Amino acid sequence: MGIKLKALTKSPWVYHLSTGSCNNCDIEILDCLTPRYDLERFGIVLVGSPRHADALLVTGNMTLKCIPRAKEVYEQMPKPGVVIAVGTCSLGHGLFSGSYVMPKTVDEVLPVDIYIPGCPPKPEAIIAGVAKLLKTLRQKA
Amino acid sequence: MNPILAYLIFPGFLFTAVVGMLVSWIDRKVTARVQWRVGPPLLQPLYDFIKLLGKETIIPKGSSRITFLLAPVFGLAAVTLVSTLIWMAILFPEKGFTGDLIVVIYFLMIPSLAVIIGGFASKNPIASLGASREMKLMLADELPFILAVIVPVIQSGGAIRLGELVNHQNNYGMIFSWQYPSGIIALVVAVIAMQAKLTLVPFDIPEAETEIMSGPYVEYSGPPLAVFKLTRMMMLFTLPMTLVLLFLGGMHFQGWAILWSILKYVALLVLITLIRNTNPRVRIDQAMKFFWGPVTILGIVAVVLALLGR
Repeated sequence: MGIKLKALTKSPWVYHLSTGSCNNCDIEILDCLTPRYDLERFGIVLVGSPRHADALLVTGNMTLKCIPRAKEVYEQMPKPGVVIAVGTCSLGHGLFSGSYVMPKTVDEVLPVDIYIPGCPPKPEAIIAGVAKLLKTLRQKA
Repeated sequence: MNPILAYLIFPGFLFTAVVGMLVSWIDRKVTARVQWRVGPPLLQPLYDFIKLLGKETIIPKGSSRITFLLAPVFGLAAVTLVSTLIWMAILFPEKGFTGDLIVVIYFLMIPSLAVIIGGFASKNPIASLGASREMKLMLADELPFILAVIVPVIQSGGAIRLGELVNHQNNYGMIFSWQYPSGIIALVVAVIAMQAKLTLVPFDIPEAETEIMSGPYVEYSGPPLAVFKLTRMMMLFTLPMTLVLLFLGGMHFQGWAILWSILKYVALLVLITLIRNTNPRVRIDQAMKFFWGPVTILGIVAVVLALLGR
């Protein structure tokens, strides 16, 4: 497990999964990948297929329709892999608490490794959160 | 040199893999600098490769299991063989067999074929779409590429052995020179065809990331994906080397000539990277029209000029 996790922290490929967010967090995530923040320094690349992914970036809270699909995408991701929850909605219910179409939070459906709060979080906050996660993984490896 | 050692270690697998990783780092770093970024660290391709080796292999339900897993291996074996043949011809021009140029041309097609077979075997509509695009692109770029390769053969008096081509250029100067316009036109055609054979932008139609999610590779994960990535890195090293041998007079390793030799390769590589960073992706029908129209006509012009002795 050691060297696998270590190599994973050096090149985490990210799949971006939006489970009913208001699109604000998604735009901030795209900002992270612009030349200004340059996440390729850490080997982070956005991939199009969950089969290539090492990290699942989940934004928004789980809508009723999204729960089975989110589970399916998580199962398609080859292990070892991590789940990162971005934004206040994915931490709890945020603005949408009490809504009848949003019965569950992200961590009731998927095993979340790190939470990044903010509505939406700044790109700096997302990068700091991911860097903290990589640090803990490196210590675990 | 022992052929098995040559295939596995020195000009073959190990050497090509290491240099291919280095070269793909240069490609990514130049891309980053063009976009005003810092770019990945030197060992990034190695990290990616090791990480993919350690991941789980998922075989999609209902796919053709053996074909799905064997396709990447065929591609890797083919590109290794091409690299071995090319480097043996550069290092020992007297060795080799008659017709190894034809063998090289055939084996350069096999990585694309492996992608097509793997894509169709994975039972995913997106992968099938990508594989069919790859097939069309292969049909489009082979014709101009072979026309371009015929030009050095004609100029060196019908030599179809790689060593003879190297010897001819050692004696009479490289094919790409101002006395022979045919050589210049042929190199331009070959560089355009090479961009399509490497499936880089503007011809990355098969694996269009933003459109069909990396196409034929969409169902691949873990070690098979690592092998595909390695094949691509090695192609990025082998294909420009083939052009260096055919048009730019091979490589020499005595004294200062080594710098000039490396410069030939790096110039081609940076040219590829700059083309890939300054162009948008074209559609598959546009690509076919482009290759079978202007590029093929340029190739025919080059062949006719070469036959006229220009």
